Amino acid sequence: MILTSVKSTVDIYNPDKLFSFTPTLKNYAGILTDSNIPESAKHSLIVAIGATVISLLIGLPAAYAIARFSMNLTGMVLLLVRMLPGITYLVPWYIILTKLGLVGSYFSLIVSHLVITMPMVIWIMISFFQNVSTELEESGRVDGLSRTGAFIRIVLPISKPGIATAALLSFIFSWNQFLFSMVLGASQKKTLPVALFDFIGYASIDWGGLMAAAVLMTLPVFIFSLFAQKHIVAGLSAGATKG
Amino acid sequence: MAEWLDKRIKHVFIFPAIIVTVLLLVFPLIYTVYMSLTSWSGSAIQGPRFIGLDNFTQLLGADDRFGAAAGRTLLFTGVTVAFELVLGYVIALLLRKSFRGERLTRTLILLPVVATPVAISMAWMVIYDPNIGVANQFLQAIGLQAQQFLADPSAALWWLMVVDVWQWTPMIALILLAGLTSLPEEPFEAALVDGASAPQRFRFITFPLMIPVMFAALVLRLVDSLKTFDIIYATTKGGPGTATETLNTYGFMQAFEYTNFGLASAVIILFILIVLVITLITSKGNERAGRVLQ
Repeated sequence: MILTSVKSTVDIYNPDKLFSFTPTLKNYAGILTDSNIPESAKHSLIVAIGATVISLLIGLPAAYAIARFSMNLTGMVLLLVRMLPGITYLVPWYIILTKLGLVGSYFSLIVSHLVITMPMVIWIMISFFQNVSTELEESGRVDGLSRTGAFIRIVLPISKPGIATAALLSFIFSWNQFLFSMVLGASQKKTLPVALFDFIGYASIDWGGLMAAAVLMTLPVFIFSLFAQKHIVAGLSAGATKG
Repeated sequence: MAEWLDKRIKHVFIFPAIIVTVLLLVFPLIYTVYMSLTSWSGSAIQGPRFIGLDNFTQLLGADDRFGAAAGRTLLFTGVTVAFELVLGYVIALLLRKSFRGERLTRTLILLPVVATPVAISMAWMVIYDPNIGVANQFLQAIGLQAQQFLADPSAALWWLMVVDVWQWTPMIALILLAGLTSLPEEPFEAALVDGASAPQRFRFITFPLMIPVMFAALVLRLVDSLKTFDIIYATTKGGPGTATETLNTYGFMQAFEYTNFGLASAVIILFILIVLVITLITSKGNERAGRVLQ
């Protein structure tokens, strides 16, 4: 992918130049100045951050309630959302959002991404909250904090690593989301995965530009993974190892 | 205020999540059931027309594409998940011992899992391209015949499975690795004292102890593999012809290419039923495996 992204079009179609070619940054310059990739990056960023923040706001208290009051059934129902194929929700949403005139808005994208990010935040945070000892909370309440106060002042700060993991994974999955973004973002709010398709024309494919765009959109995720490798693994296998 | 909240904290905290779930899941599900009983082309002038179970009888009877797509979905899921579990287990066992460059290896392994599926699909399109791709050059270098890859109707689905296995084996490996590193030490020490060989320790201790983790990984991957959409849509859109069409892309096509919302809804309902049955069977298997261990 990276190789193709720094080749000129002539070199891409020359099999002898698989590894021996003169690298060029033309493809990168091209997509930054002469495509809607920067615009799409903005859409992707807004949607991913929006979906992550809302997922945390809703998911953290929910995960806490499920962990502390062992509401296992409620937990199962919330996680069922994650199991069903995305297309299950898409058709009714599309019809309803079209009637409301909201297709192609940030609202419809962020809300649809919640289906993926919110259950994930809850899933990861339940196991984190279960590990916070109740004694700490109780000592806080002796000092005059309310239960909600204890949650905000004691439980949340202790769980920072877990929250960071949940936020990161939530961001990555929203960033990568394709199906909902394609249909509900329409042509007005193309996110990066959808914008990649602009490089595929009817007759020919701009391979160089396509690969450069693909590299650019994978880059942030790669950098995150470098720094938070351990946490991401912990997050992905949370629940799985707990059975 | 604080007192009121404290008394109801359990319900207040869970409430927003419930609301979101109802709005995003329960309501659309009911709507889909209703739509599946109608015929509607998405026209604003002529609304949905109630036709009873006609969509379902058409899908299960007259429509060849549906059965074929269902078969492909099951084949794709079965093959990819089996390969991912076996390969993932092997990789997890290999990564278990500490070695130089461990951190870097784990980060590189993680990359396919977090990378954007659409970007990955595009990269594989270049690799598979009969004219410019490295896949053919590789095949010819080891003395095999050049392939048409995704343009070959009889093989395209299998080449897509390769992409899925490439992308998701690492995740299974990482989950199983997390399981391996959290195994209790006592049984191994006891076995060593009793003089058990390495294969024996694997067969009688590691393997049984890992069954719950393997089931968890299996369920996770089964559910996601059934849902595979990005890889297929981005590379072949279900083609050539309908050679790589699964229930997911078929439902999508019915809804958003042919605007047959009624029929699409019926496809989705049947798809959900298949997912639920498979999940139910595997979680029953999980429970039984758990009981055997105890």
